Amino acid sequence: MNPLLSKRRLKIGGLLMGFCILGLVFTLSMALGQIQTPFKTLVEAFTNYNPYSTEHIIITTTRISRSSIAMLIGASLAVAGALMQALTRNPLASPSIFGINAGALFFVVFATVFLSINSLVQLMWIAFLGGAIAAVMVFFLGTLGKDSLSPIKIVLAGAAITAFFSSFTQGLLVLDEQSLEGVLFWLGGSVSGRSIDMLLPILPFMATAGIVALFLGNSINILTTGEDIAKGLGQQVLLVKILMGIVIILLAGGSVAVGGSIGFIGLIVPHLVRSFVGIDYRWIIPYCAVYGGILLLLADVVARLVIIPEEMPIGVMTAIIGVPFFIFIARRA
Amino acid sequence: MMSILQTNNLTLGYGDTIIIDELDLKIPTGEITIFVGANGCGKSTLLRSLARLLKPKSGQILLEGDRVSNLSTKEVAKRLAILPQGPIAPEGLTVLQLVKQGRYPHQSWLKQWSREDEQVVNQVLEATKMKELVDRNVNSLSGGQRQRAWIAMSLAQKTEIILLDEPTTYLDLANQIEILDLLFELNEVENRTVVMVLHDLNLACRYAHNIVAIKDKKIYAQGRPEDIVTSELVRHVFNMECEIAVDSLFGTPLCIPHGKGRKVKNRKNKAIAV
Amino acid sequence: MDKYTILRSKYDKISFFLEKKTLIILPFLILMTLLLLIFGLSVGSTIIHPWSIIEHMLGKGTGDYTFIIETLRLPRMTLAFLVGVSLAVSGLILQGLVQNPLASPDIIGITGGAKVAAVSFITFFSAVSIKWLPIVAIIGAGIATFIIYILAWKKGITPIRLVLIGIGVEAGMGALVTMMIVLSPTYSTSEAYIWLTGSVYGSNWNDVFSMLPWVLIFIPITILLSRRINLQEIGDDLALGLGSNVQLDRLILIFVSVALAGSAVAFAGGIGFVGLIAPHIARILVGRSFGSLAPVSALIGGSIVMLADIVARTVFLPLDLPAGVFVSGMGAPFFIFLLYKNRNI
Repeated sequence: MNPLLSKRRLKIGGLLMGFCILGLVFTLSMALGQIQTPFKTLVEAFTNYNPYSTEHIIITTTRISRSSIAMLIGASLAVAGALMQALTRNPLASPSIFGINAGALFFVVFATVFLSINSLVQLMWIAFLGGAIAAVMVFFLGTLGKDSLSPIKIVLAGAAITAFFSSFTQGLLVLDEQSLEGVLFWLGGSVSGRSIDMLLPILPFMATAGIVALFLGNSINILTTGEDIAKGLGQQVLLVKILMGIVIILLAGGSVAVGGSIGFIGLIVPHLVRSFVGIDYRWIIPYCAVYGGILLLLADVVARLVIIPEEMPIGVMTAIIGVPFFIFIARRA
Repeated sequence: MMSILQTNNLTLGYGDTIIIDELDLKIPTGEITIFVGANGCGKSTLLRSLARLLKPKSGQILLEGDRVSNLSTKEVAKRLAILPQGPIAPEGLTVLQLVKQGRYPHQSWLKQWSREDEQVVNQVLEATKMKELVDRNVNSLSGGQRQRAWIAMSLAQKTEIILLDEPTTYLDLANQIEILDLLFELNEVENRTVVMVLHDLNLACRYAHNIVAIKDKKIYAQGRPEDIVTSELVRHVFNMECEIAVDSLFGTPLCIPHGKGRKVKNRKNKAIAV
Repeated sequence: MDKYTILRSKYDKISFFLEKKTLIILPFLILMTLLLLIFGLSVGSTIIHPWSIIEHMLGKGTGDYTFIIETLRLPRMTLAFLVGVSLAVSGLILQGLVQNPLASPDIIGITGGAKVAAVSFITFFSAVSIKWLPIVAIIGAGIATFIIYILAWKKGITPIRLVLIGIGVEAGMGALVTMMIVLSPTYSTSEAYIWLTGSVYGSNWNDVFSMLPWVLIFIPITILLSRRINLQEIGDDLALGLGSNVQLDRLILIFVSVALAGSAVAFAGGIGFVGLIAPHIARILVGRSFGSLAPVSALIGGSIVMLADIVARTVFLPLDLPAGVFVSGMGAPFFIFLLYKNRNI
């Protein structure tokens, strides 16, 4: 399948256009919501801040953190998804296969029920820890025996670990009904109600992972032509896989920790991107970052507006967009 | 001699692509017919449609005089067996379990292992020399053994005609000869009609009574190897220059391709004596 | 060849091929199930001596424990068994159909449909009597399967497309369920969540007799279709070549699988994992032939759910936890163990 943007110039152009669209959508996200703010007010909030204006307050606190978080998570999940699909050689892989969501959820529930932890920032680290541990377990299981980290082993291990953690989560939630209410947002995913303070501590990790991902592009290209070929070309296959795993854990784990269980971005965006730029990961990764951010921002805007005054959980929104698309891909396969 | 299997004006294709165009073919009864041709010429497609695995775009296929489209699939299975290319057995299936499946067209809910079923399976296991390997996992066998197991399954169907799509690909030379010898014997002793796709022209010449060369969606030539396999045929069908010599063991045509390699010996010291 | 025996009637009109291994293992499994039943009946908040249980079953009991045995524990254990049987066989069929050992009703969207229907029912129609829940769930499973089938149809159904579409539909259903849980009022949320976890708590004989027909009809049908399922596993070309009507068989088998899984989910909620592991365990014991695998998987599945329920209601006394927690909780480690043992395959 020939990519739409075959020439290098076009690819660069597409990326630049992506950045422009991102800026636009970001602004949109800042302006729309329960209270519509005209563009003028938006600019004023930053240039001429008025501490008594509700609108200004909303813009500089909730809106900006929510938009930034949505953009960041969208970018991270998309990149993690692309890596995941390359690693498992399965176009249907997504970060949740690694058990990250299940692990994060379990740790959060455990902490809420038994350790009575309520601080969002603390819970975020706990979620991150849980997601990381689950992913490491999957990784470990996947490396057993010959055919280390073969696609099917990873999927099987992921299914087992996910079930394992889910069962304990279910047990706890059934016993403690009140906690169920509290963790609902994790289940559905949400980028609202989080201040920048939640994002900042974890940002360095995710940013580093993102940068490493950009540099992994070439190695991934070689890896996807086939392991034996890669080894023949002198690549340290296992090392590359482990690096990819770490990046996935940081990006996806961080995303789950901050935003809860948001699916489909990691699944759809890589596919969309591939139809535009082909299979060169040096392009796929930056494109995923940009367009992943765009997609999640858009999803968030719609999620805010569609059932006003209530808010649709963003994970559901991404599913609504994602499922028809997924089925379309599946039919073509 | 009526032909057991024939096509009338057969056109085959996928989507908008035509692969075989208005082909008339008669497969002689009781003989070994082998399809040859370049990669992608449609020989596998033709074989599969003969086995009703592919619906024709137009034209008909007649099996023992009956239109295949009018026969139920089970009825066809009682008269014709097909072994597709590269079959895969599920993990853990034993040879016996596999071969037994060949009896499916003759079985029913109440009759799941009749005396005849048992006899046929035993016979077939003997003929393919698989008796000792009966309880082994199919996937744990060597390439040659595995292929014999699959052939045993097809033989268990006990049909007049058996179709095989590249039954010798990926086998080493000894195994290839073994399989082809087995099929040759079946044809000699039981008079079964065998139709195969083979990619090795020389083996095809040795074992076929009737060769069908396919090119450009049609039959380029059809007939005994001695009659039709010439360097001109090879040039047209395979796009390759060659010398045709005579196989010193069997007397059938032997194709020696031109090409690079070590220095070609001059005419006086030709490798093969006539 | 002494690994099997043959049953043949006088004039060869009726004949069956039976593998000896299965003939030995089956009675053993039946015995194990019975022992499990007796054990389960004796433990709980009131402990009854196993001997009293046996006496009661034989009609010679003292009548002291009749209420506990017959009204509380026996229906619950019977339902647990039936649910396990249905899920195990449903998973077995799917794994054969889809030619993938990872398949199970949960993964390809069947139970997802039931879950959406059930959770909608609990959330939006709480006024309607709960006895409609099983029917609603089965209808949900049926609709989901219909959608999957239509979406996967492109001049026929291939195993790969079926799985992929199934995964997509499952994910979609999952999102719908999540949405309902998140947006719904508190009181129905936890009820829905418990249902999703899977439980046979409070089952009565009514439930058992409602589910029984499904099992009694569809399990024998499955066994009758054994040879066809075996064919589905060696590939479409060969199956067609051997004279089976591949697409029709596939449709029938999907239907049976949905009926079984749907009925199980209807009565026990979202119990997962049984459909995945029971067939695997059965395969290790008796190999590949479907005719042997079906009854063995059924017994193993039934035992797993029974055991999970026993553990769920006794280990944390006086709490009565949903069995679903322990099916996954015990199932997952076991599955991991299987992965470890088979790591070199």
